Amino acid sequence: MDLEFTPAEEAFRAEVREYYTTQVPARLSEKIRLGQHLDKAEQEEWHAILNRKGWLVPHWPVEWGGTGWSVVERYIVDLESSLANAPRALPFGINMLAPVLLKYGSEAQKAYWLPRIKDGSDWWCQGYSEPGAGSDLAALKTRAVRDGDHYVVNGQKTWTTLGQHATMMFALVRTGQSERRQEGISFLLVDMASPGIEVRPIITLDGGHEVNEVFFSDVRVPVANLVGEENRGWTYAKYLLTYERTGMASVGASTAALGWLRSIAGKARRNGQPLLDDPLFAARVARAEIELANLSTTALRVVAAVAGGGAPGAESSMLKIKGTELRQEISALTRRALGPHAQPFMPEALEEGFNGEAVGPEGAAAVTPQYFNLRKLSIFGGSNEIQKNIISKMILQL
Amino acid sequence: MDFSHSDDRRMLADTLDRFIAGRSDPMARARLAETAPGYDPSLWEGFAELGAIGALFSEDHGGFGGSGFDLMVVFEALGRGLTAAPFLSTLMSGRALALAGRADEVEEIVAGTRLVAFAHDETDAGYDRASVATRAERSGDGWVLNGGKSVVRDAEGADLLISARTAGGEADPEGISLFLVPAGTSGVSLNAYPCVDGGRAAEIALKDVALPATALVGEGGALIAEAMAAGTLALCAEALGLMEVIRDATVEYLRTRVQFGEPIGRNQALQHRMATVLLEIEQARSAVINAAAALDRNGDDRERVLSAAKFTIGKTGTFVAEEAIQLHGGIGMTWELAMTHFAKRLVLINHQLGDEDYHLTRFIALGRAA
Ligand SMILES: Cc1cc2nc3c(=O)[nH]c(=O)nc-3n(C[C@H](O)[C@H](O)[C@H](O)COP(=O)(O)OP(=O)(O)OC[C@H]3O[C@@H](n4cnc5c(N)ncnc54)[C@H](O)[C@@H]3O)c2cc1C
Repeated sequence: MDLEFTPAEEAFRAEVREYYTTQVPARLSEKIRLGQHLDKAEQEEWHAILNRKGWLVPHWPVEWGGTGWSVVERYIVDLESSLANAPRALPFGINMLAPVLLKYGSEAQKAYWLPRIKDGSDWWCQGYSEPGAGSDLAALKTRAVRDGDHYVVNGQKTWTTLGQHATMMFALVRTGQSERRQEGISFLLVDMASPGIEVRPIITLDGGHEVNEVFFSDVRVPVANLVGEENRGWTYAKYLLTYERTGMASVGASTAALGWLRSIAGKARRNGQPLLDDPLFAARVARAEIELANLSTTALRVVAAVAGGGAPGAESSMLKIKGTELRQEISALTRRALGPHAQPFMPEALEEGFNGEAVGPEGAAAVTPQYFNLRKLSIFGGSNEIQKNIISKMILQL
Repeated sequence: MDFSHSDDRRMLADTLDRFIAGRSDPMARARLAETAPGYDPSLWEGFAELGAIGALFSEDHGGFGGSGFDLMVVFEALGRGLTAAPFLSTLMSGRALALAGRADEVEEIVAGTRLVAFAHDETDAGYDRASVATRAERSGDGWVLNGGKSVVRDAEGADLLISARTAGGEADPEGISLFLVPAGTSGVSLNAYPCVDGGRAAEIALKDVALPATALVGEGGALIAEAMAAGTLALCAEALGLMEVIRDATVEYLRTRVQFGEPIGRNQALQHRMATVLLEIEQARSAVINAAAALDRNGDDRERVLSAAKFTIGKTGTFVAEEAIQLHGGIGMTWELAMTHFAKRLVLINHQLGDEDYHLTRFIALGRAA
């Protein structure tokens, strides 16, 4: 074992740090630092910047624009980009759909869709969940019926993240009548501008609008937009989910969040001393720090164990659980650190150009809403309970 | 020993539950928070007519209750309804004024015709009760106040009971006095905002606020302690009411939400989670009962028991809120669901009058002192 970076890795790290600390527009990194949301144009701007640099789709095969980075190099990029408060490219096209297309898509689909993901022509959203199909995804009912060169889709998706901006959705739909519910599901690419699609906002408990309901009535989707074979979509869907989960270790994001926690807590006082010197609070922060150091090695171990750099199997569930719990804990500690200043609800202070009077330390306005918003981490991407079921079955064989 | 409430208190609880269910919609709380004063004044009048305010004060002070168990009954009911009304401010300011012998003002408070916000916390204080930088200087017969107060609930349009230093250094527990400052006094400016859990609060700037001699209510120490003690118990009882509703809503969801062909509550993993929620809530109830009994006693023992309760509520409240959201899945993340607003209030109670760690530290310190 050797936990040191090689000289080549050190050099790479310096290059990555140099890039992220100098090339992220300050407007964007400042928003990320203060916990503000990027709007659609800013998200697109960042996507384009990364694409120009050639770092947008590192894990794609090199012939499609991937960087060929090793596990360690990817780890370095995750960490350095987070520490520089760089935004994240949205994962839906890059990290979720693309691996499915690369493995199961036709040559024509790859040639058409992958470049469009890269250049930002399409904004993708994920159409998996339905009101009756959350953890039990195979219970989905949205139906697609073949009619000549088209499928006709009827039904409803829900929790569709950023569906209000999306131009395309990859959706799971029911095409077969099989006894086994997992057979008879297909993976379709749906144009969000199609007649018959209606997107309605869902407001989350923090007051934000990031998820939606999407209704389909007689929506016509070309048969050419079927990925892989009809009725085999379940296999593709599950393949995608392990990719989704592995990213949820969020070591970089937790490292940055811990830094933010220290900066907020560094300004606070309790019982006449700096909060960070309060033994109870210091112990809480130390626990999080230790957990993060452990997780960072666990994440590297799990990913490194996969030959060829693909997605890990059931082990990705460990990363999902630990990564999301830690992110949530750090956000809870940041809320605690604010003391009485956790109470004000000033969503307008999170908007650009706010010039009202802020309350509490810089950035305080985002903290409590973000704490509530991040409760989602243990619910989506397969809830943490479902991950434990997977570990019980697949690893423990119970 | 007897662990049941008296008939009178049971009746009070029933009356309040019925009144709140009929007149106050839990979902209204967040909406009302958008504009001043953050609650429905006609509902507040209704509470006054019902005697709900009177239940918080003893007969000596124009009420008909005022014991720890009276407070417990009232605030638990308010929690069950996620009620938006200035009860906490009224209790804290009213109890301090009553102890100071300001009978006229207390009478109006009990009648619901005078609102007095309790303006003690300051920006750099954390939860430290002795950390008061606002200063009061003598000026002729009267006083001049300078400084500021932070996150003062229900301050808009209300009189303010302001703590200010008349002697001593910044974190000195001695040398703090209370001043009653009428709404709209010149030199007082408010920056008001909604709170995450509903209700409204304000940052208050005090610039050369000139006050007559009669504004001085008295030396702060005992008065602030009385307000804090009553307020702490009240928040604990409110949290208990919130937790009862959250528990019931979550159990109901586990029974009715079907995934994998059966109610999710059939999973033993979730049954045990919910069982833990239930037993932690019962432990918290005992803590609140201990605190209610202790309120009527004096001295460090009372303070220690109150800190034990607020510690328990801070820890358990956050746990219950997080579990309830998690067990609801995606629905638990939505504004539309009343439960999430109960959960937000429950978490934010941990940020009023001292959180879990603050009260654990205080519990240890009081134990050493004893
Ligand atoms: C903010 C947010 C964004 C999302 N974005 C998207 C998106 O873009 N696209 C998309 O398709 N979906 C999205 N989702 C949906 C997400 O994947 C689902 O919420 C998730 O799968 C859980 O499903 P559910 O909400 O129906 O909860 P349920 O499945 O009803 O679960 C409720 C509770 O029961 C537990 N549970 C269920 N079954 C079991 C079991 N067998 N054993 C033990 N416990 C169990 C769950 O863990 C949970 O605690 C998003 C969700 C959120 C909250």
